[in-house]
Amino acid sequence: MFKMKNNLSLHTITQIAVFIVLSFSFYLLFAGHSNPGGGFIGALMAASAIVLLYISFDLKTIKKVLPFYYPYFIGTGLLIAMGTGVSSTLFGYPFLTQFFDYVKLPILGETELTTALVFDIGVYLVVIGVALLIITTIAEDEA
Amino acid sequence: MSALHIAIIVPFLLALIVPLLYNKIPKVHTGWFVLILPTILFAYLISFIPTLSAGEVVVRKLAWVPSLGINFDIHLDGLSLLFGLLITGIGALVVLYSIFYLTKKGEALHNFYFYLLMFMGAMLGVVLSGNLMVMYVFWELTSLSSSLLIGYWHHREKSRYGAQKSMLITVTGGFAMLAGFALLYVMTGTFTITEIITQADVVAASNLFIPAMLLILMGAFTKSAQFPFHIWLPDAMEAPTPVSAYLHSATMVKMGIYLVARLSPVFSGAPEWFWIVSGVGLFTLLWGSFNAVRQTDLKSILAYSTISQLGMLMSMLGVGSAAAYYGYEAGYTAATVAAIFHLINHSTFKGSLFMVAGIIDHETGTRDIRKLGGLMTFMPITFTISIIGAFSMAGIYPFNGFLSKEMFLDTMLNATEIADFNMQTFGILFPVVAWVASVFTFIYCMILVFKPFTGKYQPEKLDKKPHEAPIGMLIPPIILASLVVLFGFFPNILSDSIIEPAVQAIYPASLTGVENFDIHISAWHGIDYSPLHMTIGIIIIGTLMYLTLSKWQKVYQYLRLHQKDPVNYVYDFLLEKLVVVAAKITNIQITGLLRDYFVYMYVFLLGLTFYTMYRFDAFAIDTTNVAPIPLYVWFVVAVVAAAVIAVPFINNRVVAIISVGFVGFLVSLFYVLFRAPDLALTQLLVETVTTALFLLCFYHLPELRKENFKPSFKWVNVIISVGVGALVTVMALSALSFGNKKPFESISQYYIDNAHDLGGGDNIVNVILVDFRGLDTMLEILVLGIAALGVVTLIKLRMSGKEDV
Repeated sequence: MFKMKNNLSLHTITQIAVFIVLSFSFYLLFAGHSNPGGGFIGALMAASAIVLLYISFDLKTIKKVLPFYYPYFIGTGLLIAMGTGVSSTLFGYPFLTQFFDYVKLPILGETELTTALVFDIGVYLVVIGVALLIITTIAEDEA
Repeated sequence: MSALHIAIIVPFLLALIVPLLYNKIPKVHTGWFVLILPTILFAYLISFIPTLSAGEVVVRKLAWVPSLGINFDIHLDGLSLLFGLLITGIGALVVLYSIFYLTKKGEALHNFYFYLLMFMGAMLGVVLSGNLMVMYVFWELTSLSSSLLIGYWHHREKSRYGAQKSMLITVTGGFAMLAGFALLYVMTGTFTITEIITQADVVAASNLFIPAMLLILMGAFTKSAQFPFHIWLPDAMEAPTPVSAYLHSATMVKMGIYLVARLSPVFSGAPEWFWIVSGVGLFTLLWGSFNAVRQTDLKSILAYSTISQLGMLMSMLGVGSAAAYYGYEAGYTAATVAAIFHLINHSTFKGSLFMVAGIIDHETGTRDIRKLGGLMTFMPITFTISIIGAFSMAGIYPFNGFLSKEMFLDTMLNATEIADFNMQTFGILFPVVAWVASVFTFIYCMILVFKPFTGKYQPEKLDKKPHEAPIGMLIPPIILASLVVLFGFFPNILSDSIIEPAVQAIYPASLTGVENFDIHISAWHGIDYSPLHMTIGIIIIGTLMYLTLSKWQKVYQYLRLHQKDPVNYVYDFLLEKLVVVAAKITNIQITGLLRDYFVYMYVFLLGLTFYTMYRFDAFAIDTTNVAPIPLYVWFVVAVVAAAVIAVPFINNRVVAIISVGFVGFLVSLFYVLFRAPDLALTQLLVETVTTALFLLCFYHLPELRKENFKPSFKWVNVIISVGVGALVTVMALSALSFGNKKPFESISQYYIDNAHDLGGGDNIVNVILVDFRGLDTMLEILVLGIAALGVVTLIKLRMSGKEDV
């Protein structure tokens, strides 16, 4: 990626926009079960926020700010998604049986807690990892 | 598992130990260990003679694949026993001979005896099997081991050529035979030979009779070197001489004879069988004997002589099959008796003659009769054996060949009296061909004896100084030659014990009702006996022709036979052209260009699908259930169509990417219009990310190719792509209208009803993705992960040509 000079307005807007986009991405993830959204869309949204960061700043800077190793995201996400499937078998249910219940939480009031969310978080992590791993690998490639 | 099963398996087991013996006990010639086995087996098989001559059959069963009717059953009757004795008896003699023929130094003896034992076991398996499939397995094993033996001196090019040729021809025949066996199974429902024989009338009435017969005969003719499949046998003479003596005279080449005899009860009585078997046999007899005379190499003469003698055996079996048509009277069964008797005789004299040729080769360094001469004084014993063997083959009194030749001529004369099968017209050919072929047989037999042993001794042409062979090499041919004399003087010692049970196997009592054929072979039939006159004629004409050989031998040059057998040109031409044509077809088809493969795939898809739809009349358009189309949808469709049509005409890659991305965004607009918010969101995001990826990739394109993109226009491609588009459209329309005709209830109502109660969510799409069909999602994210790792691997692990796996 080439570095542009004097991009103060782009940098400032990016810094604000990234937070808004990331928040929206979390909203999509958590609201996905009952409203449009879900792990896949949320993750793509988060990935595009980080891509925005990569576009406005250079690769080295972003690596300092976000010192993540993206293959771990993929591995962790897959483990979580499969873990939800396996854990249901431990209780004698078929693979990937999901459970949910409504609980009263202190601040949020009556809230639905579901294992499907855990599964979705696994999807979220994998998709973020995949998108960013591919983009950064191709961008870093010098040959 | 009975002792007979073990007898078949033991050679294979010993073959496994042979390399060990060769390496651990290098001082003793490995052949001595091997020699024990065929001797024991021979003695063991002899012990069955009393049982079999009493008219009994030994059957041993062993289940192998019972569900398919394939069982390792053993059926030992007179015919099997005769072959079993030949295999083990001559096998023992050949092993003894080979001990002295192959030296310990410089020869890969472990390979030789391994192949030989494998061959012996396979041969025993063929003749003792009562099940056609098991027989086929052993049959192919003999082809394999025989090829290995022919190519034993694999550093010679001719050996490899001969091994390949014999392999190709015999395996082709073997495969045809397998198909024939399968057809027999279709007709009778069993692979067991005895059960097939009891259903001979079912087979005879079936439409598959002729195909099955032709396929099985194909196997028999290739193995037994009948015209035009005989060409592998002369080239197989590159094998070591013990192998030639064993495989190519006494045992393996008689497998076809065995097969024809074994299945005679099933097929005989049909005029096709009669004509093909005896016709091919007679022509092979004539062709082989005619070609043997022009050969200059001792083993080539013997090879063509074997071809000729095998044709003679085949023709006798053919004539013998007429007996099934005429009720098994002695006059018709005599042909089969003659065939069995000559089979024994041929094995004895031909085995000894091959060994003699091997001795001459071994002691003088050449087998070329133009270089040899006057060896009589150096090798008196070899000369004696040679005279006995050759005179017997020529049919001269008092050797056993004389008796079987007389029986053969008698058979052919009797054949002219057969009233059916068009024999009134063509029958006269039988004795004429037989007589002419016998004259040539006489000539080459004389060449075989007198050219090397008499005449002028030419020491300057020989590599070694000739002397008599070691005693170990002489014992086997001496034994065989004494058998020749013994059977010549006392032909009837075999008739009750061996020949009669064998004939009974060919004419089973269950079909014929004949219990006892009462075989008696006599040497003297009186002065009016017409075969005797024919024999005298053969000897007189043959002697005259032998003495004037140099004058008329030019005839081979006029007939263009002087170089190699003309059938070889056909074989070589076919083999060469097969490779050339296959390479041409491959080059036309496999261009290495992906665009060509796409054309193949799409053309095939188009042809197949359109034909299927046309064949089942599946074109339909039905507009009853179509929703109304609002104006804005028309508008979006028009824009998408315009963007899509523009793509092939864009010259700039980046513009093309943007155009494709534009189509993607419009598709997400479709999702919005058709009320799919999740899909619309995903499509938007995915389109964004992939467009970014595309741009990244093009940033990396090498300079040379950059902006060099010019879409070419080809009518073929246009037609194919328009065709595929039309195909998909037509299929969609037809599917819709057929769906309207027979509507299936959609399962989506279940999801709508239960998403909240069972899945705990109101976003039905999401509930389906993570709950109802979560497994799909799990595997899709796995796919994504693999794709990402693949990208990383491709980019990061850049290997140079050498390290690349």
